[in-house]
Amino acid sequence: MITKRIIPCLDVRNGRVVKGVNFEGLIDVSSPVELGKYYSDHGADELVFYDITASYEERKLFTDILTQVAETIFIPLTVGGGINTLEDFDRVLKCGADKVSVNSGAIRNPRLVSEAAEKYGDQCVVLSCDIKRVDGVFRVFAKGGREDTGMEAISWICRCVEMGAGEVVVNSIDTDGVKGGFDIEMLKAVRAAVNVPVIASGGAGKAEDFVTLFREIPDMDAGLAASIIHFGEVSIGEIKSLLLKNNIPVRL
Amino acid sequence: MLAIVDYGVGNLFSLRSSLKFIGVDAVITGEAAELRAAERIILPGVGAFGDAAEALRCRGLDEVLCREAAGGKPLLGICLGMQLLFEKSYEYGEHRGLGLLEGEVVPMQGRLAPSLRLPHIGWNALHIKKPCPILKYVGEGEHVYFVHSFFVPGENENTCAVAEYGEWVTATAAKDNVFGCQFHPEKSGETGLAILRAFCEL
Repeated sequence: MITKRIIPCLDVRNGRVVKGVNFEGLIDVSSPVELGKYYSDHGADELVFYDITASYEERKLFTDILTQVAETIFIPLTVGGGINTLEDFDRVLKCGADKVSVNSGAIRNPRLVSEAAEKYGDQCVVLSCDIKRVDGVFRVFAKGGREDTGMEAISWICRCVEMGAGEVVVNSIDTDGVKGGFDIEMLKAVRAAVNVPVIASGGAGKAEDFVTLFREIPDMDAGLAASIIHFGEVSIGEIKSLLLKNNIPVRL
Repeated sequence: MLAIVDYGVGNLFSLRSSLKFIGVDAVITGEAAELRAAERIILPGVGAFGDAAEALRCRGLDEVLCREAAGGKPLLGICLGMQLLFEKSYEYGEHRGLGLLEGEVVPMQGRLAPSLRLPHIGWNALHIKKPCPILKYVGEGEHVYFVHSFFVPGENENTCAVAEYGEWVTATAAKDNVFGCQFHPEKSGETGLAILRAFCEL
């Protein structure tokens, strides 16, 4: 039986893992290579690295770090952040990424999704979508959640899946970093709309939140975790043990 | 020396890194002479069956692989590389494989319950059907990482391990010195490294 995946997400800036609340107020956490190795040794099913760098120098540092991680960790690696062109895909894939996550780059140029899927396969293209409720409507936000695109989120996600996105990460800005639990309503809406794996992100504050996620939405495939595990409040092992106790299949 | 077949398909970074991690030197090559000189061969692959089979054929590597396999050299196909070892694939048309393993590759689409997502992505448990040299360090129920939309259904005498995803998916198949893994050992943590280690000990 396929297991539910628990995926640590490492936001990397200037060579360090950082984490913010509601996309702001970044706090320095740890070395990405050490933290990646630690998670891989302690039950992570996959790792996501988001490059939130601003300059060329930092980008070089990021790809060096990615290479180091990929050389020592043998679970799937997804890379996102600053992916705007096929050259960006190429750059991170050559450093050892298995999947590439697109967000603002796809909003600016939706053909990036179809071109990348054509070149690297659907399984390689992960659509990451930052969503916030505006007047009761799920809206897509760009640029790390700072800019309202005005687009309705479900139709945008469906369009990207049709163009070849092989997985979708749904990040609720409304619940991100607040630790009040995943955005079940938003995730249900996305899950019902597409037939590719969906990864829940934003809001996990305790291990029970993952149980609620997979109980409420049994077809959800994976949950992303950042602040909840980076600060050592809960371990991946604890999350998985609790899931198993609730008859939710996980890899131990 | 182990040779990883380079025929312009897929990303070989992880495979090479994982072999290096377990202390195995690998050469990535599309040269027939280097494949002949190698002690063992890994055939990787990502993408479409038809394109990959054609890429092997136009480089003359299909014949090289079949001859080396017939000579007793250990050969391991991974993901699409495993599918290429079978007789035939129905991925967008009908394509001939290398015919080193018995069976056919078919789409998962249409055969699975609509609630199951495609591709089949994630960690799934291996159910071992019979002893296999490359699974000698792997226990029943250990998880490995799959990413695929086409599969080899049914069981035959080549089937060594299966995984359940609506249907039974051939996870590992073997015939004499020819082995195939539908999952990615190079992405399957300790379990995957143990499979690569076992292959490199053959």
